[in-house]
Amino acid sequence: MIDPALPSLLPALAVSLSDAALGHFQATAAILFCLGLIGFVTRRNLIVMFLCTEMMFQGVAVSLIAFSVYHGNVTGQTFVIFVLTIAAAEAALALGLVVMLFRRRRTLDAEAWAQLHD
Amino acid sequence: MTIIDLAKVIPWIPAAAAVFCGFAAVNDRLKNAAGWVCVASIFTAFALTVGIFSSAVGDLSGGKADHAVAPAHDATIALVADTDDSHDDHAHGDGHDKPKPGLVSHTVDVFPWIRVAGLTADVAFFIDPLTIVMMLVITGVGGLIALYANGYMAHDEGRARFFMGVSLFVCAMLLLVMADNLLLLYLGWEGVGLCSYLLIGHYFKHDVAVAAAKKAFIVNRIGDLGFALGIFLIYAELGSVRFDDILPLAKEMVEGTREIPPNLVFAPYLLMLGAFGKSAQLPLYVWLPDAMAGPTPVSALVHAATMVTAGVYLIARMTPVFQLSPGSLELVAIVGGITALYAATIAMSCNDLKGVFAYSTVSQLGYMFMGVALLSVGGVFHLVTHAFFKALLFLTAGSVMHALAGSLDIRTMSGMGRRMPVTKWLMFCGCLALSGFPFTAGFFSKDLILGDAIAKGLVGPEYWWATVAGILGLAAAFLTAFYTFRLWFHVFSGPERFVMGRGHGDEKRQPISDLEAAMIDVAEEEAHEIEAHGGHHATEPHEMPLWPMNLPLFFLAFGAIAGGFLLHKVGPHYIDAMLYRSTQFMAAPDAPHTYLLGIDAHTAVAVISGILAVSGVLLAMLLFAINRGLGQALGAAFRPIGYVFEHGYFVDNAYHRLIYVPLRYTGYVLAAFDQLVIDWAVRLIGLVPVGAGLTIRKSQSGHLQGYGIFMVAGIAVLAAVVFIYALR
Repeated sequence: MIDPALPSLLPALAVSLSDAALGHFQATAAILFCLGLIGFVTRRNLIVMFLCTEMMFQGVAVSLIAFSVYHGNVTGQTFVIFVLTIAAAEAALALGLVVMLFRRRRTLDAEAWAQLHD
Repeated sequence: MTIIDLAKVIPWIPAAAAVFCGFAAVNDRLKNAAGWVCVASIFTAFALTVGIFSSAVGDLSGGKADHAVAPAHDATIALVADTDDSHDDHAHGDGHDKPKPGLVSHTVDVFPWIRVAGLTADVAFFIDPLTIVMMLVITGVGGLIALYANGYMAHDEGRARFFMGVSLFVCAMLLLVMADNLLLLYLGWEGVGLCSYLLIGHYFKHDVAVAAAKKAFIVNRIGDLGFALGIFLIYAELGSVRFDDILPLAKEMVEGTREIPPNLVFAPYLLMLGAFGKSAQLPLYVWLPDAMAGPTPVSALVHAATMVTAGVYLIARMTPVFQLSPGSLELVAIVGGITALYAATIAMSCNDLKGVFAYSTVSQLGYMFMGVALLSVGGVFHLVTHAFFKALLFLTAGSVMHALAGSLDIRTMSGMGRRMPVTKWLMFCGCLALSGFPFTAGFFSKDLILGDAIAKGLVGPEYWWATVAGILGLAAAFLTAFYTFRLWFHVFSGPERFVMGRGHGDEKRQPISDLEAAMIDVAEEEAHEIEAHGGHHATEPHEMPLWPMNLPLFFLAFGAIAGGFLLHKVGPHYIDAMLYRSTQFMAAPDAPHTYLLGIDAHTAVAVISGILAVSGVLLAMLLFAINRGLGQALGAAFRPIGYVFEHGYFVDNAYHRLIYVPLRYTGYVLAAFDQLVIDWAVRLIGLVPVGAGLTIRKSQSGHLQGYGIFMVAGIAVLAAVVFIYALR
């Protein structure tokens, strides 16, 4: 439950975005996301694929922050901070897994694990 | 703490013994102690009951004045007063001429049990003369049976289990008769049903024992349904289940000072159903003859001290409620009379040693129902005497069966008296009492019932039902004497001849029926136990040891011969005087004196039934001891009737055809519907996810990129949906 008094305690956002600027920010976010997506689908190196997912995260983060500033609402930014925190934890875990997988097969190729299907 | 308060602990003593025996059943070192603990607990309960009885009776010998006005909650309750009355020979008559003695009862609270929204049912004991009489029978006769069973079951593997059942049986029966309210009574009632199931099914490896146990349980369940509904109805109409509330209310209604709730008149019929089930009356008697599949002491316990007397007790206790409903006591009397005659005819052509006694129990229970329905003390009095002689008969029959290694067919036995003289004369005492031979216990109690029936019938034509019941009873009395001594002469007199049970000899005799064939299996198992006891493999019949088997039988024989005289004729008419002070007679009208053939009706009937009994015995003697050829010729001449009797009027067959078979075929149809329709519907529903899984399975390729593409496609579809809706 958000305290209704809370917004007044925060300093008003100093900057605001024009519609055009928002468009640019969103385009940047979309490009980042798509680059990550394309990289995830096309590359087979586990580490690169992981980096690509991180790039998709950043795209989403940029989009959220841009909307947040545009609407003068801190929720988006708060959310991004949580996302980054969890992404950091998840990065540690995922890289650990990649190391484990590498030790098993001496390769980083994702196809090496394809027989794990159903 | 007065002596009456001792009643608090009485039922829990056998209960504690049952717990001990339960532990003993899984502990080999305690196993041998179980029987003795059981006997000790029952006799302790008996001793306490005697204490209560003697304190309640007060000063018996002194001819002290009236205890009748003793308040109900006085520590000593006067059961027998008017001791100084001169009494003539027809004792039953003079009881009616005096002003009705005061009521005595005492309630002993143990602990609160159920107290919900106006319903109060505590564990409390209602001690009145009827209760005390029942308690004395249960613990006294039950204890003697348990003592005998100690010898009988000494080498049974499951003896601790058996004695657990016996202790629990006695506990449940004590709760039943001591209960202060209908709910606690029902608890004991169901407990008795459970114990009968456990004990009848003692030899659970034999199908017949298991079937008999189930039969007893299920037939009882039918009656219990009626009883439960009766309790509900009484609670709904009178607002209480406590006897202290119900019986005085019923009394006022009988006397017309209070209006009768319209639905209450159905209550006696419902209670009756329960009583008929538990006490094996028509049409619910079928379980009792089968109950002999249990060990013989169980038959003695079920037929004599516990279980079957519960129904008689229930009607005796609830008599004022029965009086409310016109026709209910009449129905009980007629059913009792018909059952008495009906079972006697079956017993007449039964060739199974225990079967004869089993049907005789059904028949004698008919007399008891007749007695309670006629508001005669004879009903409960007969219950007491019957407990003695029926326990004696079953236990001696058990001895014979043992001696013959499980043989039960009386046609194969003859002249056993030379081998087993003690058993012969013990059973003779029991047979005399059962046949109502003059001046034995059975004579006094049975003739009290028959006398009351005929005397009541003479009062006026509206008592036709009492006359009918009395005549049925007289006819049954003759048959009883005949079939009892047919058995006795068959087994003990004549040239010595016997066939050992199938466990021994080479003689493989053809069993009478499937039931009997299976019974023999059970009986042989019993017989093996006794032989192991003797340490030698008996090939010839032998007498039973005095301790602990024959000794208790002497007490029973004494009760069977002298019990009626002592209770009924000596002193202040103990049993009559006591019972007139129980709630059974609280609303009974005074019976007028009637005369038959110019003499007092009771005396006349006693003479008639004495003559009938003696002539029955003599006829049996002629046909089965003096001239057996004549007996066989007559038997052959009446073969068709005998065939009907022998098969119990085909009632079991009819039940089989009319109830069992239709139910079974309905079951087949329903099972087929279940398997073909419902099961297949469920299976088809199950096929849906299976099929879906098989289809989608292909998408799980294991390529991470593939999953990525699916994800992208998903996002694309979502985005497309959003755009389409957003742009509309």
